[in-house]
Amino acid sequence: MSTVTLASKRRKQALRTAAFMSPWLIGFAVFFAYPLISTVYFSFMHYDGFKPPTWSGTKNWTYVFEHYPFFWPALRNTLWLVLVMVTLRVLFGLGVGLLITKIKTGTGVFRTLFYLPYLAPPVAATMAFAFLLNPGTGPVNSILEKVGIPAPGWFNDPTWSKPALTLLALWGIGDLMVIFMAALLDVPQEQYEAAELDGASAWQRFRYVTLPNISPIVMFAVVTGVIQTMQYYTQPLIAGKVASGVIQGAGTQFEPGYPEKSTLTLPQLVYNLGFQRFDYGSACVVALVLFALSMVFTAFLMRRRGGLNLAGD
Amino acid sequence: MAQVLDKPVRLKAPVSPAERTARRRSLLEWVAIHSLGVAAALFFVLPFVFVFLTSLMSDTQALSRDLIPHTWEWSNYKKVFDTPGFLTWWKNTLIYAGLGTVLTVVSSIPVAYALAKFRFRGRSLSLMLVISMMMLPPQVIIIPMYLFWAKQLDLSGTLWPLIIPMAFGDAFSIFLLRQFLMTIPNEYIDAAKVDGCGDFRTLLKVVLPMAKPGIAAVGLFQFFYAWNDYFGPQIYASENPGAWTLSYGLESFKGAHHTDWNLTMAATVLVMAPVILVFFFAQKAFVEGVTLTGVKG
Repeated sequence: MSTVTLASKRRKQALRTAAFMSPWLIGFAVFFAYPLISTVYFSFMHYDGFKPPTWSGTKNWTYVFEHYPFFWPALRNTLWLVLVMVTLRVLFGLGVGLLITKIKTGTGVFRTLFYLPYLAPPVAATMAFAFLLNPGTGPVNSILEKVGIPAPGWFNDPTWSKPALTLLALWGIGDLMVIFMAALLDVPQEQYEAAELDGASAWQRFRYVTLPNISPIVMFAVVTGVIQTMQYYTQPLIAGKVASGVIQGAGTQFEPGYPEKSTLTLPQLVYNLGFQRFDYGSACVVALVLFALSMVFTAFLMRRRGGLNLAGD
Repeated sequence: MAQVLDKPVRLKAPVSPAERTARRRSLLEWVAIHSLGVAAALFFVLPFVFVFLTSLMSDTQALSRDLIPHTWEWSNYKKVFDTPGFLTWWKNTLIYAGLGTVLTVVSSIPVAYALAKFRFRGRSLSLMLVISMMMLPPQVIIIPMYLFWAKQLDLSGTLWPLIIPMAFGDAFSIFLLRQFLMTIPNEYIDAAKVDGCGDFRTLLKVVLPMAKPGIAAVGLFQFFYAWNDYFGPQIYASENPGAWTLSYGLESFKGAHHTDWNLTMAATVLVMAPVILVFFFAQKAFVEGVTLTGVKG
């Protein structure tokens, strides 16, 4: 083959690739690269959406870190959610995944029932839990009091609001159950048989056969759990709004993170600063903190060794 | 004679004591595991049951601590539908979810195909960027995006700022489809080439029919994403109740019906029901999507 036709073939192939990739190339430029650069730009500007933006140096940054009363509580809450909610979700998801692989009768029914809450729209699920855990008339506290257990204030009590959110997160474990189930069924049976011949107990089989085999999936669940926590928005917002009894309408203000900032997360601050206080510059500062945190964990997820090989080639 | 017949007839070989304890243990294990299963099932199902029961209570009973309705007020559901706006929210949600799903699927397929089957420079970089986009919290870029749609294009108060971007591929859908297309053997594609099919025809005639389950999974996830989306409609549609979706409207519904838990729970059931109904018809596609990608990012 002559070099001329080879070059033209290459050009043709490049054109073909560009044509197939074009929707995403445009999407990437317009809905990812451009807004990301603009976010950096706005973080150094004073902008209220009406008057043209003016340069403000690092003012927004010092405002967010030193004077904005919601930033540090939100970061602390995120840390709490990462430590407690993500850990419990992974443990519970693994537990339910194990349980479903052991169930021999009616497996399909059980699996469907365990999976359904994952599908419930977040707003609807949160409203349902705000009702179920409502200290006054909610069924959960009615039952707890009948059994004689002191009933917590759940979404109305700052010490119980995050545990209540955790309960809601555990209810929607369906996605993790499915990936753990798939991983558990992939563990080679021979390894269990060999372990059993060696006289390994059930715990030893789990510890030395199951766990090493599924550790990449556990890792995946932890890292994606952390990334999801960085995006945690709808559930804490709705829970706080419903519990505080705010009546929504144009112009109504709502105390972010009710009660006592206990349900604040970083994404809520972007909304509060940008769309309630019209301080777009400071909102962009929080957005960049959020970006930095999620990219650290995304990089961890994509690391070839130790992490999970998501790209799969 | 009768005495002999009364004795049990032994058909199997006698069971040794060791075997008997093993059997007893496996029976005990069966009971333990299934009891645990039932307990877990109660945890997952009871919230739905309580929500449904409350949705049928009378106004006064919904404020009491009763768990079971005295009278079954099916008219609560009619009241929800009669609430001004409720039907509009349905219509808007169907437009957002329906149109968005079609646009996402159509625009994501060629990109996923290129990432799965073409060899080109920058392929792994593109894939890494797709995954990064998938992991990006929407709040990170919302300020410039809002200013772009609302101030420059004057489209706030509509759902278009949410629908139009879906015509340019969605990172999660591209990733899911790419994972699926990787499982299709190259031989089929090569055979089509030998038969004289161009790239486009190969994709359309050979790959797409084989990728139906993957496409179904992407379509479902995208439909549910739009159905469940709260943040998007809150940013772009909040100022115009005529553009609210079910997820966004539901929360305001609670505000307007401040104390009416029965009506609020009836509305909640109505927002959950379609999702669950669709799931029963498309379980397989769903579970496949979750296992292929691990998670909806």
